[in-house]
Amino acid sequence: MKIAVVVYGSPTGSGAAASAYRYVSAALELGHEITRVFFYGEAVHTATALAAPPQDENDLLSRWQQLGQARELDLVVCIAAALRRGVLDADEARRHEKEACNLAPGFTLSGLGQLTDATLNSDRVITFGG
Amino acid sequence: MQEADKSLLVVVRHGPYQGQLAREALDAVLTAAAFEQPVSLLFMDDGVFQLTPNQDGSAIDAKNLATMLAVLPMYDVDRVYVELDSLNLRAISPESLTLPATPVGGHALRDLFVNNAHLLSF
Repeated sequence: MKIAVVVYGSPTGSGAAASAYRYVSAALELGHEITRVFFYGEAVHTATALAAPPQDENDLLSRWQQLGQARELDLVVCIAAALRRGVLDADEARRHEKEACNLAPGFTLSGLGQLTDATLNSDRVITFGG
Repeated sequence: MQEADKSLLVVVRHGPYQGQLAREALDAVLTAAAFEQPVSLLFMDDGVFQLTPNQDGSAIDAKNLATMLAVLPMYDVDRVYVELDSLNLRAISPESLTLPATPVGGHALRDLFVNNAHLLSF
């Protein structure tokens, strides 16, 4: 089955982001196709490269990056939601004249059209948080 | 893929000025409409407060959400529903709402969830 995953929950303020990761891992294990993971709202903070959690805590960012690379996942962060919250790639940092960028490797900034596209081209859309 | 398989129901359950959720829900609806995806919009729980008249967010430096929602008809988003129990619990009259929304409950509410292929909840 083709499944799109939408994440709204903050990585620290809710369990939603961690649940989404576990869900995607499990779905892939069962042979399903993950068409896209779309990070929206507070979930854009999942993709900041600057999070430095204590070593004995769950490092959600690394886990997404590893899974994304291993399974060639399309990890898309909503650009409007990200700009509003200070998650920028190099291009956006330049465009908005900011001193630094922090979008973690493995993630892409793109528009809400990617969310619509995912719903149009998937059998199921599964939402975490919101 | 058949037309029916693409339909989207967006459920709005939070108040208008609780963080960015309401705005980001509206953005998702407008994007779906721009892609000509059949989209229905359902306001329920505290989401019905988004449709109340005379909103003024100026005291908290927030843009008036009702004004932003008013663009929906221009994007041909005309399947707008509001859950009747949510209105009644909050003593809001269906006639007072800022958008023409169809009050639904019971079977009509269930049908909305059954008849749309996908659901996004905000």
